[in-house]
Amino acid sequence: MVTAADVLDASDQARPTIDTIPLTVRVRRFNPEVSEDSWWDEWTVRCDPLERLVEVLHQIKWHHDGTLSFRRSCAHGVCGSDAMLINGRNQLACKVLAQDVAPRVTIEPIRGLSVLKDLIVDMEPFMDGYRSILPYLINDSGEPEKERRQSPEDRHRYDDTTKCILCAACTTSCPVFWGDEGYVGPAAIVNAHRFIFDSRDEAGRERMKILSEKTGVFRCRTTFNCTDACPRGIEVTKAIQEVKRAILFERF
Amino acid sequence: MTTTHTYDALVVGGGGGGLRAAIELSERCRTAVLSKLYPTRSHTGAAQGGVCAALGNVEEDSPEWHAFDTVKGGDYLVDQPAALLMTEEAVEAIYQLERWGLPFNRTPDGRIDQRRFGGHTRNHGEAPVKRACYAADRTGHMILQTLYQQCVKRDVRFFNEFYCLDLLRDDAGVTVGIIAFELATGELHVFRAKAVVFATGGYGRMFRVTSNAHALTGDGPALVWRRGIPLEDMEMFQFHPTGLARLGVLLSEAARGEGGIVLNREGERFMERYAPTIKDLAPRDMVSRAIYQEIKEGRGGGPDGDWVYLDISHLDPTVIEEKLPDITEFARIYLKVEPLEEPVPIQPTAHYAMGGIPTDTDGRVVVGADEDVVPGLYAVGECACVSVHGANRLGTNSLLDLVVFGRRAGDDAASFVHDTDLATPSEHPEQPTLELLDGILGRTTGDNAGEIREELQDNMFDLAFVVRSDESLAKMQQILMSLRERYERVAITDKGARYNTDLMETVELGYLLDCADALVAGALVRTESRGAHFREDHPLRDDANWLKHTLAYRERDGSIRIEYKPVKMGPYVPMERKY
Ligand SMILES: Cc1cc2nc3c(=O)[nH]c(=O)nc-3n(C[C@H](O)[C@H](O)[C@H](O)COP(=O)(O)OP(=O)(O)OC[C@H]3O[C@@H](n4cnc5c(N)ncnc54)[C@H](O)[C@@H]3O)c2cc1C
Ligand code: SF4
Ligand code: FES
Repeated sequence: MVTAADVLDASDQARPTIDTIPLTVRVRRFNPEVSEDSWWDEWTVRCDPLERLVEVLHQIKWHHDGTLSFRRSCAHGVCGSDAMLINGRNQLACKVLAQDVAPRVTIEPIRGLSVLKDLIVDMEPFMDGYRSILPYLINDSGEPEKERRQSPEDRHRYDDTTKCILCAACTTSCPVFWGDEGYVGPAAIVNAHRFIFDSRDEAGRERMKILSEKTGVFRCRTTFNCTDACPRGIEVTKAIQEVKRAILFERF
Repeated sequence: MTTTHTYDALVVGGGGGGLRAAIELSERCRTAVLSKLYPTRSHTGAAQGGVCAALGNVEEDSPEWHAFDTVKGGDYLVDQPAALLMTEEAVEAIYQLERWGLPFNRTPDGRIDQRRFGGHTRNHGEAPVKRACYAADRTGHMILQTLYQQCVKRDVRFFNEFYCLDLLRDDAGVTVGIIAFELATGELHVFRAKAVVFATGGYGRMFRVTSNAHALTGDGPALVWRRGIPLEDMEMFQFHPTGLARLGVLLSEAARGEGGIVLNREGERFMERYAPTIKDLAPRDMVSRAIYQEIKEGRGGGPDGDWVYLDISHLDPTVIEEKLPDITEFARIYLKVEPLEEPVPIQPTAHYAMGGIPTDTDGRVVVGADEDVVPGLYAVGECACVSVHGANRLGTNSLLDLVVFGRRAGDDAASFVHDTDLATPSEHPEQPTLELLDGILGRTTGDNAGEIREELQDNMFDLAFVVRSDESLAKMQQILMSLRERYERVAITDKGARYNTDLMETVELGYLLDCADALVAGALVRTESRGAHFREDHPLRDDANWLKHTLAYRERDGSIRIEYKPVKMGPYVPMERKY
C-alpha cells in the first residue's frame, strides 16, 4: 500500500496479476418461467486458486449470465445461505476453494426440498421442522435479578449444537428425509438437543415427546451423511444419538 | 398486481437491531418484520468477539468508565448523553439476553465470563479491563439465534426475502408505510403502518476489501435519503485492522484481547511504538493507521508489501480452541495458514458504518440541527446514527447498541402507534418503484452492473479508505459522477419475475452509490482528522471548527447539501487521544 496521493498516479496501472487457473463450472439450472425441465449449463472461467466457489458463481453471474440464481450473503461460512450439492456432496459454496475442485466442478441444488429456481430451494418445510421442536429457552421458575448461573461444564454440555446456522446441508443429505415427508430431519434435532441439554431449560420432556413421535428421532438410521455434510463441524449423528438415548432412558 | 397489507408497526430488517425491536413491538401491537434475507442469515450472525457491559464479573468496572471509553474512543464526536444512557442500560440488556437463553461463556462460579477488548479500560484509561461478554468467537451468532428464537416463541410475523424498495410519507412528512418486492414472485406489496423501523445494517460492500456480507448495501440509509431525510456523519467509516489478507474476512479483535499481537515484516511488535500503554489493544482506527504507516515505510509483507501479520501462535492451544475456534478456521480454510504455528497475513478491512440515519435515543429519526422528529419513522442498529460511536466505534459496542436501542425504539414505537391513526397513502404509492424497476428491466442493452460495482469498490478502496486527502476525495467524487451516469443506463439479462436476484442486486448497487456519494461528500468537506476519518492533508483533530456532526441532504436536482449539528456534550472534555 502507498499514500492516497501515490495511489492517484498508480490507479490507472493494472494491478499485479495472480497466477490463475481454469475452472469449468457445470450447473444444473431450473426455471419454470423458461422450461418445465431442468437443464445443464457450463462455463469455463479463470480464477485465483484460492477463490471461493461462491465468488466464482458471482463472476459468472456478473459477467456471463445474470439469470444464474443462488442465495448467498456472508461469503465466509457463517450465514448458512449457500448450501449446494457440489461434486455430489452438500457443502457451502463459500467454503469450497477453486483449487479444491479444479479443473471441473458440478453444482446442483440441495435435495429433498423443492427447487424454485436454479440453486434456490424452498426452505419453508425445513424451517417448519425447526419451529416444531420449540426452539427457544423455556424456564418458568421465575427470573433471577442478574444472570442464571451455569457452570462451565454445564455450558460445555450443549456447546456443539449451538453452532448450527440452519443451512440445511445435513437435512438435505439425509436419505430418510428425502424419502419420508414427515421426518423433522437432523437440523431440527440438533436444535432440540441444544435446549434439551441446556441446564437452564425446563421443557426437555416436551421436546422429547415431540421427537419420540413417528416423525421424530427414531426415523434416523444413523447413516452419518449429516455429520459429513455439516459445515460447522457439528457431530450431528452424535447429537441425534444423545437425544434418542435421553428419550429411551429419560435421562436429561 | 400489488397486494396491500396493514400493520401497526413494521420492522425492515431481521438482524439483531430489527429483531430486538420486533420483540418489544410484537408484545404490544400488530407487528411484521420484513427481511431480504432469512433473519438468521443477517450479518449480526458474523459478529465474533463480544458484547460489552460493565457487569464487573471478572474485574471491577463501572458503566461510567465504559461511557468514558466510548466517548474517547469515538474521538469526542459521540453524543455524550446517549453514551451514558447506553452504558447504563447495558448491564440489564446483557442479563436479559442471558435469561432468554444466550449461551455465554462462563466464569468458574457460573457467571457470564468477560474478556478484554480494544479501547475498553478501567478508571479512564489506566489499564485494559475485562468488559466484553462473549460466546467463544461466535457472540453475534448467539445473539442473532437467541433473538430469533424469542421471535419464534412470540409468533412474530415474518415476510422473508422481501426487499423494501421505498419509504412512503404523506405530504406532511408523516410515515405511511413502505413498498416491498417479493423475491419469490416479483410482486410488489404495499405495507401500510403507523410506524416503520429501519434496521437494514451497514454498507461495507462499497469497498473492495470488507468484512461485510454481500447483502450489506446501505438500503435503509439510501431509501430514506431519497425521501428527504439527511444522513449523519457518513464519512465516519471504520476500517478494522485485522482482516484476512486480500479477502477482508474478519479476525476478531478478541484475538488481541486474548493476547495476540500484530507484527510487521521484520517481526517487530510495532504497536509498542504507537500506543505504549495499551499497545495492540489500541482502538481500531489507530491500529489501522499504524499498519498503513508500517506499510508505507516498507515494513509490510506479502507480494505487494501491503500485509502485516497477526500472531497468536504463542497462545495456549486450548485457549485458542475454547475461545477463538472460528477465526483460526478462517485462516486455515481461506489462506491455508496454520495460526497455531505461524503468523496470519492481515490487512485493514472496511468494517463498520458509524454514520447513518440520524436518530434520538428512542430511535426516532430526527431531521436538521433542531432535531425535528419525523412522525412514525425509526432507525436502529448499524444503519442508524444515535450517535454513540462518534468517529470510531469501540469493539463490542455495536452489538450492545443493537439491543439497547432496539429495545428503546420498539418501546417508543409501540406507544406511538397506540396514540396515532393510520395515515393514508397516495393513490398509487408503488408508482415510483414500478418506474425504477421497469427502467432497469426495459433496457435490452446498456451498461453492466457488475463492472460498475467493481469500479466503485476498487476506487473507494484506493481513494476513500484508511488515508484520504482533498485530492483523492475530489477524484472519487468525479468517479462517482461517471459511475452514476453509467448506472442510469444499466441493463440486466434476467427479465423474469421469479427470484430475480439480478434485478435486486442492481437496485442494491444504486443504494451503494448513494451511500458512497454521502460518504465522500462529508469526507471532502471535513478538513480535519478525527477517529476513522484521516486526512493526510489535515492530520490533526480540529475541535474549534469540527466538533460537530455532518448532515448530508440529497437535493431534488441530485446535488448534495451539507449542514451541521452540534455534538451533545457532557462530563467529558475533549483531550488528546493517547493510549
Ligand atoms: C465480521 C464482523 C464481526 C463483528 N463483530 C462484532 C463484535 O464482536 N461486537 C460488536 O459489538 N459488533 C461487531 N460487529 C458489528 C455488528 O455485528 C454489526 O454492526 C451489527 O450486527 C449490525 O446489526 P444490524 O441489526 O444493524 O444489521 P444486520 O445484522 O446486518 O441486519 C440487517 C438486516 O436488514 C435486512 N435488510 C437490509 N436491507 C433490506 C431491505 N431493503 N429490505 C428488507 N430487509 C433488508 C437484512 O435482511 C438483514 O436482516 C461485527 C461486524 C462484522 C461484519
Ligand atoms: S446442523 Fe450443521 S448442516 Fe445441519 S443445519 Fe445446522 S449447521 Fe447446517
Ligand atoms: S454465504 Fe454465508 S454461509 Fe456461505
